[in-house]
Amino acid sequence: MIVLNCPYCGQDRHEEELTYGGEAEIIRPLEPEEASDELWTEYLYFRTNPKGTHHEQWCCSGGCGQWFKVARDTVSHDILEVVTFDKRLSA
Amino acid sequence: MNYNVFNLLWQGLTGNKGWQQAWRSPEPKPRYDAVIIGGGGHGLATAYYLAREHGMTNIALLEKGWLGGGNTGRNTTNVRSDYMFPESAAIYDLALRLYETLGKDLNYNIMLSQRGWLTLIEDQHQMEGARHKANWLQCNGVDGEIIGAGQVAEMMPGLQMDGRYPVRGAFLQKRGGTIRHDAVAWGYARAADRLGVDIIQNCEVQGFEKSGGRIAAIQTSRGRIETDRVGLAVAGHSGAMAEKAGFRLPVTSHCLQAMVSEPVKPFLDHVVISPGTGVYINQTQKGEMVMGGVLDLYHSYGQRGNFPTIEKVVTSAVEMFPTLSQTRLMRHWAGIVDITPDSSPILGQTPVENMYINCGWGTGGFKAIPPGGYMLAHSIAKETPHELAAPFGLNRFRDNRLVDEGAAAGIAH
Ligand SMILES: [Zn+2]
Repeated sequence: MIVLNCPYCGQDRHEEELTYGGEAEIIRPLEPEEASDELWTEYLYFRTNPKGTHHEQWCCSGGCGQWFKVARDTVSHDILEVVTFDKRLSA
Repeated sequence: MNYNVFNLLWQGLTGNKGWQQAWRSPEPKPRYDAVIIGGGGHGLATAYYLAREHGMTNIALLEKGWLGGGNTGRNTTNVRSDYMFPESAAIYDLALRLYETLGKDLNYNIMLSQRGWLTLIEDQHQMEGARHKANWLQCNGVDGEIIGAGQVAEMMPGLQMDGRYPVRGAFLQKRGGTIRHDAVAWGYARAADRLGVDIIQNCEVQGFEKSGGRIAAIQTSRGRIETDRVGLAVAGHSGAMAEKAGFRLPVTSHCLQAMVSEPVKPFLDHVVISPGTGVYINQTQKGEMVMGGVLDLYHSYGQRGNFPTIEKVVTSAVEMFPTLSQTRLMRHWAGIVDITPDSSPILGQTPVENMYINCGWGTGGFKAIPPGGYMLAHSIAKETPHELAAPFGLNRFRDNRLVDEGAAAGIAH
């Protein structure tokens, strides 16, 4: 079971109290009119799906309601790093 | 050796010493015309249809563990074909039709039990959705009907009719049911082996040697294998394998859990799902209750379950069948499923010229084994997709021609 310490409210939240938000740090094409179809396809449908460290976003939905970023191992579910949403993950 | 009553009797009388291995365990050859990666149902079916339909017999199937040890051995053995878009209906109903004759084709009892697949209707919206679906199915020439609450109660005496989610009726596909999952893998394996396919277990693919945009050879834990064509059928590990081959897939991997109770006296001879609780349940021939729920929503390659899901599934099962409240859970497992943005499979050509794929079946891979193999075999042999597979190409994401069964059939992911 996944337990994350919310970097905003400081509480331990288990997966029932959290909402998963998929891959972190995806940026919508900044110039929508200029972006190629390939870039849009990539942005809309393609996600990094590593067997290992994954950078992802979670919401403390059963608590303070803030979104934050997590680096997690997708095999062991070890939590490698948790940061507030304005920071970048380094793990 | 075939399995029949005479052999059973003879072996019984002679101390069961004459049973032979059902398939060979050959050493990998340095070169094959085609190599299939993945020894689950889809890969084994691919090998079988490649040999039977296309006469390609200098082929190998590589499996990193043992046959059927991935999702083929980790599902809930359900089959049905109540999908909505014509493209999906064509492929999933082909699945059921191929399953209906598979035991005979393979001379292997897959224990197909078309006991009826019921989706409960628990409110007015679901009733409208079910009517909509029944009409679609009729247009697609697939069977499916709506039955009233009285008939549901008669079919399933133990079902709680007026609980948290009162039952107003059900959508019933009579041809749906269950199959002995291992038998599908073993039946295809024996048949493919007899046609000359080398099934190589404990052989992990470690990398690909490419030349001029093509795969020239595969590096495996059991040596280097040259090949002209490669077929991928590795479900939840498709993304990892694609990465090794140098391309990306619009697939994310998730855990799908299921569990089984201790055996109890037979009381449920249908498969039933409650949309309200999201849990589906059936009773095996041995009497165990097989239960599953929705998939874990976060990315995962951990082939194991967790307590929140057990709790959800078990409490929902008791809500549906209160008589199960004293039943103990016996076993619990998880498989890694490959989820696509539109909940439809990806079939056919990959960005690598001589590599073809069969993935993205998500939570519905077991029921789709025969056409999955059939389509991948066609791609490998003809180097072009089968007409039924054409709408499911990888290029549909680029062209924005999704087959959105997630929205249409309400697949729970
Ligand atoms: Zn919080």
